[in-house]
Amino acid sequence: MIPAPFDYLAPTTVEEALAALAEHGDDAKVVAGGQSLLPVLRMRLNTPEVVVDLGRIDSLRGIREEGDHLVVGAMTTHHEVRTSDLVRTHAAVLAHATDQLADSQIRHRGTLGGALAHADPAGDQGACVLSLGAELEVTGPGGARTVPADQFFLGLFETALGDDEILTAVRIPKHTGWGGHYEKFVRVVHQWPIVAVAASVRLEGGTIAEARVGLTNMGPTYLRARGVEEALVGATPTLDGVREAAERATEGTDPPSDLNGDADYRRHLAGVLTARAVVAAAGG
Amino acid sequence: MTVTEERGAAAAGEKAEIGRARRRKEDQRLITGRTRWTDNLVLPGMLHLAMVRSPFAHARIASIDTDAARSAPNVVGVFTAADLAELQGVLINAWPITPDQKAPTHTPIATERATFAGEVVAVVAARSAAAARDAAELVDVDYEELPAALDLKEAAADTVLAHPDLGTNKSAYWVFDSAQAGTGGDVEEAIAAARADGIVIEREYRQQRLIPAFMEPRSVLCDPTGEQLTLWTSTQVPHIVRFALAATTGMPESKIRVVAPDVGGGFGGKLQTTPEEWITVAVARHLGRPAKYTETRSESLVAGHHGRDQWQTLTLAATKDGRVTGLKVELLADLGSHVSLVGGGVPVLGAFMFNAIYKFPAYHFAVQTVLTNKTWTDAYRGAGRPEATFAIERLMDELATELGVDPLEVRERNWITHEEFPFTSVCGLEYDSGNYEAATAKAREMFGYDELRAEQARRREAGDPVQLGIGVSTFTEMCGLAPSRVLGSLDYGAGGWEHASVRMLPTGTVEVVVGVSPHGQGHETAFSQIVADRLGVPFEAVEILHGDTQVSPRGLDTYGSRSLVVGGEAVVKAADKVVEKARVVAAHLLEASADDLEFRDGRFTVRGTDQGMALTEVASAVFAAHDMPEGVEPSLDSDATYDPENFSFPHGTHLCAMEVDTETGAVKMRKYVACDDVGNIINPLIVEGQVHGGLVQGIAQALWEEAVHDDAGTLVSGSFVDYLLPTAADTISFDVDHTTSPATSNSLGTKGVGEAGTIASTPAVVNAVVDAVRHLGVNDVRMPCTPERVWRAIQDARAAQEPTEPAAMPHFDADEPGRSSTEGAGA
Repeated sequence: MIPAPFDYLAPTTVEEALAALAEHGDDAKVVAGGQSLLPVLRMRLNTPEVVVDLGRIDSLRGIREEGDHLVVGAMTTHHEVRTSDLVRTHAAVLAHATDQLADSQIRHRGTLGGALAHADPAGDQGACVLSLGAELEVTGPGGARTVPADQFFLGLFETALGDDEILTAVRIPKHTGWGGHYEKFVRVVHQWPIVAVAASVRLEGGTIAEARVGLTNMGPTYLRARGVEEALVGATPTLDGVREAAERATEGTDPPSDLNGDADYRRHLAGVLTARAVVAAAGG
Repeated sequence: MTVTEERGAAAAGEKAEIGRARRRKEDQRLITGRTRWTDNLVLPGMLHLAMVRSPFAHARIASIDTDAARSAPNVVGVFTAADLAELQGVLINAWPITPDQKAPTHTPIATERATFAGEVVAVVAARSAAAARDAAELVDVDYEELPAALDLKEAAADTVLAHPDLGTNKSAYWVFDSAQAGTGGDVEEAIAAARADGIVIEREYRQQRLIPAFMEPRSVLCDPTGEQLTLWTSTQVPHIVRFALAATTGMPESKIRVVAPDVGGGFGGKLQTTPEEWITVAVARHLGRPAKYTETRSESLVAGHHGRDQWQTLTLAATKDGRVTGLKVELLADLGSHVSLVGGGVPVLGAFMFNAIYKFPAYHFAVQTVLTNKTWTDAYRGAGRPEATFAIERLMDELATELGVDPLEVRERNWITHEEFPFTSVCGLEYDSGNYEAATAKAREMFGYDELRAEQARRREAGDPVQLGIGVSTFTEMCGLAPSRVLGSLDYGAGGWEHASVRMLPTGTVEVVVGVSPHGQGHETAFSQIVADRLGVPFEAVEILHGDTQVSPRGLDTYGSRSLVVGGEAVVKAADKVVEKARVVAAHLLEASADDLEFRDGRFTVRGTDQGMALTEVASAVFAAHDMPEGVEPSLDSDATYDPENFSFPHGTHLCAMEVDTETGAVKMRKYVACDDVGNIINPLIVEGQVHGGLVQGIAQALWEEAVHDDAGTLVSGSFVDYLLPTAADTISFDVDHTTSPATSNSLGTKGVGEAGTIASTPAVVNAVVDAVRHLGVNDVRMPCTPERVWRAIQDARAAQEPTEPAAMPHFDADEPGRSSTEGAGA
């Protein structure tokens, strides 16, 4: 498993990284934690001439509060995300999804920004940040811009990032007091999810006041199940109480068919898992 | 206290090593990696090889342009089959199962055609592994794609030919019939009688294709320097590799040294003579320089041999009270693109085990082996016997269902009772010992069988979305390969003996050389325990040498759960010879008659006196040789070659409880009990490890693993993303115990254990999955039992039961709020 030859750059500032990208254009590939890119390089599925490693840019790390938002630096590792009290308090579903991500070694290497920029539709974090209405801070030659998550994820491994831009931070609206649950359906634990559902729920007086639901691996990119969210308002957070709303999880989906199940089966799963995720998020 | 412990204690007093749960002496170096695996070895001037492999399942190789690769940096040579024609030799099939078996010539590098996606068509030698890999990308092969024979059933119909020049894909048709053999009745008569007045169960089961997926990818290093050719290779079979190299390349066997250093697993996957070994030898000889090839995991999955891959058509005849009167087995077995080392023989090894622990009066077995354009298949943990055990244990559950009796009950009506041993089976094998009643009773108690059955009934009654199933597998297997005369009668190309030598060193330590070749089993520990007891020396004083044909010139290597029951017996015999040789010297030195000497706890004593001397003192005296008896050679070293009289027949009862989520099809193991009878146990810790690992591997066939090819013949499950191997996180803690019926066919009373767990567990799990949803109308789920397959089986069964739903679906409470919407979504 030897990659094709490439040059390796390790900038220490965002500016240096952007300069490297400006110089090499689409011959360059950005590596964050490397948990997706390195296997791709080693199997020679991609052969960039230059690899730009963001690992030494300290300013891209860390989790902080900024008013009613949580700001997570793009190079913050999954381990840092899942052990952060801030994330657990204000974005519970992301913490729960990260608990279930791969294994300890990968969680210590892989980063939130890397996973989102990679935009694997079976990745665990996209549906969480999408459903929480996060914004992605993208920095390019002209400075930083903010892209809402629903405009960032464009398709299979495709995002709004330009060749000369890097993802620098994820801004997540605080969902303080919301319950969150990531229902991940796998055959073995180290597998990408066959289908997963990210659910966040705010209760008022024993019924669901608001819900946010994101779907993993139900289309070429992460999907937000807005139909489910609408239908859940006012529902009792029990399996029976949410089942009808959960059936709307299949709306607008275009799931893949592979060795783990065909599209029809995935649609069926989406309904069942959505109901379970919502009830669990509500504390049931 | 077990029988083993009692026996061990009696044999060697309080210091008995046999029966002790010693930690493995080899584990520190294996686990920390502070040892030499083949890929760690570096020789001066060593070249690295990279293979160019066909992306097509079947293609004519029109031309190969190697110019760009040859001129790439640090490349020393690029070779096609034509370039190495004189040197590359051929790969052999050691087990032509019929005289008219059809087998295409198997060259290490494909000559005119590539016959599976992954076959080597050229090889690059370079000064670094990276340079070799880079240059391999530059080799330009012009392929003309040919239609590929992929699906086993279609290939058996010869619709597309894997090797057009053979004129057929059918390689060999091998039959055993109890009426013809004189070992039982006529199966057709039994079936006809059962159709008239009895029960006939007819089923077709699929044994999916599996990949051995050992931990250490295969690696080979050839040093052709000087007079001798040395080959280090990550193999289970250094002696077989040496023999085959000599036989097919023209090099004298005496000039070939094969070394299997520490080897990271095999599971049968390294019971092979591989194209990569032969190519490495050819390139190294051609260039006169050491050459190394280490496969990537991707290459390992596509080009290391695969296992299983059968269709099984089964007909079981029984009386109305559940006594089986006959079993007919018809198999299609996928060989892949070539008949590999023992590939054709794998189903034949299973032929004798479909009757399992039962007294079947009539039996017929037939297998058609079939060539296809896929990776060749060969031995994989259990080799033939898991397939057989799966089939019969699934059928016994089906028979129980048909009769409406408990699956344990129907087995008891048919099994051999412990008073009936030794028992000659309908295949003519003599089962030496066993006690199926005892193992089953113990397993049943450990499992809490009745309580789990009660819970299952409650869940069915309540229409619980999560249903509970209980699976039974009462298995036996034949292992300890093998009596040479039996192998001869089956047309196998070698014997089944094993060799050992014991050398007494003058300083008191003992070197034991064994012909079996460990790759993770713990031979060094277990054999040290045996020798320590036999010679009365400390465990720590025993060193086990293996895996190098220069150190251990005689041996037939490790596979088929043979190392202890065959290799261990050779060790015992060699150690006993040392004692007998030492007795003569001791008698001389003690001025006593040899007949008056007792040997106990490592010491010779003159009966009735306090005079004596330790074996190690005798060894020291023999080394000095100052005072030897007249005509006695000054050496205690001894050799023994042991050819077993019989196979080994471990058995056991495995019980598995599976929960099935009927809403998603997800399955979850709740409890697994294995009560195995492997005879006397040398090291309970090693046995437990073998059972645990074996169970996981068998469970993995039931639930997770499957090698899948697409319509073009490309291996879709070509990485561990898609070929699902379980980890510890996917399994539960097993409840493992044993009963003990010592083997009567060897002096230690041991039986093989390496494959038992794998053979037993697969049907236990599938029986449990099916049992959980049988009340919904499901009677089979194809392996691996993926959630999708389980869910679809439930949906199909429900659809088949329409239009009587929902009122007539008694298993779910139709009035339960919310249930109907789920079912609606599923339908």
